[in-house]
Amino acid sequence: MLKSSVDRIAEATPHAIARRMHGLSDRALAWLFVAPSIVLLLAVNIFPLIWTIRLSFTNFRVNRPNAEVDFVGLKNYASILSDRDIWLTMQATAHFLIWTIVLQVLIGFSLAYLINKKFRGNDLWTTIIVLPMMLSPAVVGNFWTFLYQPQIGLFNYAVGFLTGADPSSFSMIGDVKLAPWAIIIVDTWMWTPFVMLICLAGLRSIPGSIYEAAECDRASKWRQFWTITIPLVLPFLMLAVLFRGIENFKMFDLVVQLTGGGPGSITELTSINLKREAFEKWRTGYASAYAVILFVTVFGLASIYVKALNKVKQR
Amino acid sequence: MTRFFNGLLHFRRSAWEMLASVLIAAGVVMLMQPFALTLYSWSFVVTLLGTVMFIIVSHFPE
Repeated sequence: MLKSSVDRIAEATPHAIARRMHGLSDRALAWLFVAPSIVLLLAVNIFPLIWTIRLSFTNFRVNRPNAEVDFVGLKNYASILSDRDIWLTMQATAHFLIWTIVLQVLIGFSLAYLINKKFRGNDLWTTIIVLPMMLSPAVVGNFWTFLYQPQIGLFNYAVGFLTGADPSSFSMIGDVKLAPWAIIIVDTWMWTPFVMLICLAGLRSIPGSIYEAAECDRASKWRQFWTITIPLVLPFLMLAVLFRGIENFKMFDLVVQLTGGGPGSITELTSINLKREAFEKWRTGYASAYAVILFVTVFGLASIYVKALNKVKQR
Repeated sequence: MTRFFNGLLHFRRSAWEMLASVLIAAGVVMLMQPFALTLYSWSFVVTLLGTVMFIIVSHFPE
């Protein structure tokens, strides 16, 4: 009698394994396959989160592992939420977050709109525009410190050329008023291409027939833009804002490389301040509470944002 | 407005989600505003309340 390949494989399975698998339901087998991923997720994501929440109620210091750890209740939270310096870093983060998102959305969408038009060298321009996004933040931070140099920096010369001001009369990263804008300019330069790419995907997904129908109805270009382009690109734009918002709330590397949080602590964003509390002052319990506050803020914002995004998609 | 309050009374998801969203947004604004330290101090409680409420009410019926 001819045997099927399934039978042959079944017969080739070692007897011990076959006996162990015998009687397992499809559901149990499915759990068996999913279990490694769940265990990994628990170990890498959920466990550290629970451990951080636990540490946030203690006075644990990681540089003194043998010291007694006391439960301090909500003391860490109370002290963070009444600290004027941390309040200032929150304001610095809000300033950075709002302006980078506004600029990146405006410039990114405008660039995508231009690139979406058919013209010679379109692909070359797309590649050139996307280049900053591919660089490491450490590299970008490093070379922008040279560009911002008052004596030799190209940025100062460009501003001097355009406005007539003396290039060495101002320092972008050394001036208290200009430093917050210096980090906004660099982040916008680096991440606008990301927003542009997402908007470009949205623009290219709009069928040409909709514009043709609008032309037949004698709709002006301006009306087509507001009633076709914007509503259909909006879900993509919102997604870009969500990604950039979360990323910029956690911004660390670029700003550390560029200003180190200075001058003074004017560009010290929350993640930089958190790192100082955790790894320079070694207040692990306090820093854990700080991290939990930031986590709840980002999680809450992302929840309502995803809800709004789903509503826009359903329209 | 009446519909919103009716939704709250009948435990409808949309009304409660709206309330939770408003709490979260208010909490974040309170956290980052430069005007009053008291608002900053209460911001986390408001955000946490909104977030927990959002997680719970997203399981309510439509």
